Amino acid sequence: MTANFFFNLTWLIPLFPLAAFAIIVLWTNRNRLLSTWVAWIGIGLAWVLGWFIFWLAGTYAQHLTAPVSNYPVPLFSIPTGSTQLQVGFQVDTLTGLMLFMVPFVCLMIFIYSKGYMNYGTEAVDSRYSRFFAYISLFACGMLGLVVSDNLVTLFIFWELMGLCSYLLIGFWFEKKYADPNRITPKQAGLKAFLVTRIGDILMLSGMLLLYVQTGTLTFKEIFSPDVLHKLATTYAFGQVPWATVIAVLIFGGAVGKSAQFPLHVWLPDAMEGPTPVSALIHAATMVSAGVYLVARTFPLFVAVEGGTQLAVVAFIGAFTALFAGTIALAQNDIKRVLAYSTISQLGFMFAALGIGAYVAAVFHLIAHAFFKALLFMGSGSVIHGVEHGRHHTSPEGDLREHEGHSHQGREFDANDMMNMGGLLRRMPTTGWAFIAGALALTGIFPWAGFWSKDEILADAWNAFMHGTEFGVAKFWPIFVWAMLTLAALLTAFYTARLVFLTFAGRPRTEAAHRAPESVPSMTWPLIILAIFSTFLGFFGMPWASQFYNLLGKYGTILNEPIPHGEFNALVAGISLFVAVLGWFFGWLLYGRKPLAETVDPLEKPLGPVYALLKNRYYIDQLYQKVIVRPVIGLAGAAYAFDDRIVIDPLVDGVGRFGRWVSEALKKFVDNPIVDGAVNGVGRVTAWFGEFMRSTQTGQIQNYLLVAVVTVLLLMIMFLARS
Amino acid sequence: MQVPLSWYLVVAAALFCIGLYGVLSRRNAIGILMGVELMLNAVNVNLVAFWRYVDPLRAAMTGQVFAIIVITVAAAEAAVGLALIIAVYRNRRTVDVTQVDELKL
Repeated sequence: MTANFFFNLTWLIPLFPLAAFAIIVLWTNRNRLLSTWVAWIGIGLAWVLGWFIFWLAGTYAQHLTAPVSNYPVPLFSIPTGSTQLQVGFQVDTLTGLMLFMVPFVCLMIFIYSKGYMNYGTEAVDSRYSRFFAYISLFACGMLGLVVSDNLVTLFIFWELMGLCSYLLIGFWFEKKYADPNRITPKQAGLKAFLVTRIGDILMLSGMLLLYVQTGTLTFKEIFSPDVLHKLATTYAFGQVPWATVIAVLIFGGAVGKSAQFPLHVWLPDAMEGPTPVSALIHAATMVSAGVYLVARTFPLFVAVEGGTQLAVVAFIGAFTALFAGTIALAQNDIKRVLAYSTISQLGFMFAALGIGAYVAAVFHLIAHAFFKALLFMGSGSVIHGVEHGRHHTSPEGDLREHEGHSHQGREFDANDMMNMGGLLRRMPTTGWAFIAGALALTGIFPWAGFWSKDEILADAWNAFMHGTEFGVAKFWPIFVWAMLTLAALLTAFYTARLVFLTFAGRPRTEAAHRAPESVPSMTWPLIILAIFSTFLGFFGMPWASQFYNLLGKYGTILNEPIPHGEFNALVAGISLFVAVLGWFFGWLLYGRKPLAETVDPLEKPLGPVYALLKNRYYIDQLYQKVIVRPVIGLAGAAYAFDDRIVIDPLVDGVGRFGRWVSEALKKFVDNPIVDGAVNGVGRVTAWFGEFMRSTQTGQIQNYLLVAVVTVLLLMIMFLARS
Repeated sequence: MQVPLSWYLVVAAALFCIGLYGVLSRRNAIGILMGVELMLNAVNVNLVAFWRYVDPLRAAMTGQVFAIIVITVAAAEAAVGLALIIAVYRNRRTVDVTQVDELKL
């Protein structure tokens, strides 16, 4: 089929942004406009080709079934000892769906970044071109990840994204805050890099075990029924099969990347990066790579009927969904609320995967990427507006503003929702787009989140009522359902709090009062994403789910078709009810009457609980005490061992001994003998020359006398001989 | 009575030694030049004496020719030498050879 021709071009998709990265870094970085356009064209080409591949994958979905399809396509192979590592790409409907979401969201964020980094104003970022280079490289990583046909290249792109995440979180690395407890971008980047590294180590060990057991890391070969059967029936220890061990380890990588409990601590601090980065990496794409990884390796997770691995995924997901939701209640930083919301929503996806609701999880992944990118970019637009409003405020006005302020004496924080309020009137486009995203996030009918979240809840409910898939124990679906329903209530509540604190009421600071609407390059992506967030859900309605058609129907992902999620009016009703309830409570506390002072109304009634939530259950402090301090202590001890007591003195000793030997050699051999010989030759020559010189008197009569005497002597000798 | 060859040789040798002494001991460049002339003429005496006694038939004129060439060369030499001495004198205002030792390193 001619579609093959285009499928064979899939591997070009990640190369476009990579080329953009190279071009910007090597040539155009001095020209901001050119760099912008290079990045836009790179991602734009990836977007066009990506959507075309998505459309083809949808059209030929049934031909992409594992046994029939020509995919994966090997590109080249690398000799790895006795085996060959086949590097290639693959196209299936899951890849197609990711190619629908990733390049488009990236493109929106690339466009948005131009305005956010203040292009064309005097406030333009000094590393503007570098920013576009980094996000292009990041886009290459994410696109490469989704087209990879094996775990090795997937891991390489995975780490490439980790690197870009680190670089971009610390993009404003020189920034310092007056408050010493507040994390700086530099520290936040380091934290993100190190925390995700823990997950990556687990994932890498899982990959290595998988390679030891199967001798291959190509998806097609790993997921063939024979290999899966072998993994499920050989035991690592006791009654635990290898499939379980490997799946749990690979899930560890996903936990790190997708910021699930207990490795969630890096994501809120990652908000120190520029907001487009938060939207791109820490909401829409990179963090969903963890979900994608589990979805991609899902056959491994279901290789063992009712294995522990799915229970682990379900528990971590459901727990994180609720846990992060509670923390979001008490955060005042607009981006941190959204960060915890992201963690919570990713928990939804993992919980769905953990109970076998594969289609629902992927649906939620795609829908969430759109509305969370929208929310982050909206919050970025708000922050940008408030910062601009602040610059237009006179210093005296600031002082007046800060009096009687709970943050007295602190520097002004444009991220703090307590400094906002009434922004809907100031920034109508941003505001309405943001509200559309908020409705989608909270799952209000008919926005995208309603359909995707409802599908997860309905699948959980149905699994409980009518029997589970993949041998999952009956407890897990109802656990997941209960946790997620509660989390949905919290989602609606904190989102309502966010919206009312930011957009409703009256401005609480002069800066918010003067905040201007953002430039068109920032608002247009918001509008487009708002449209997607509103209407995307209709493609996933339970009775006409395109997601089911793509993912479940033909068994392209697993070796067998995935059952269809049924619509359940009761579950939909409950989830809609809790969402509305959450909005109602939010309105009651934050929207009904404008906040008199900048103190959260929840702070007093909740008391210590509020402090617990505000301090994020003290988990950061706990890690600091239990892990970071001992590790630093251990490093200090190792340093002392290495540098002070044993290794370095040993090395120094060897060095000093060598020096001593050479000193002795110099003193007793080199100086007197070798140097003496050389100098002696010179001195003898000089002395002889000095002696000979005295014969050169310049007196012609002396010379003549010598000649006469010599001739006489010769004559005497001659006469004497004869 | 014929004067024997040895007498001529003794006179020539004495003349040569006187010239040599003059060359080696005089400080005045002109005196040196004069010593040189004496030495050359001592040689001429020798040449002519040998010609007269070694070849009694006097078939060839070699001794006399040689002596005349030496006289010519001596004249040329005196001319060049005196010119040099005058040049030195013009430059240095002296003809004392001990003062003229610039060739020394």
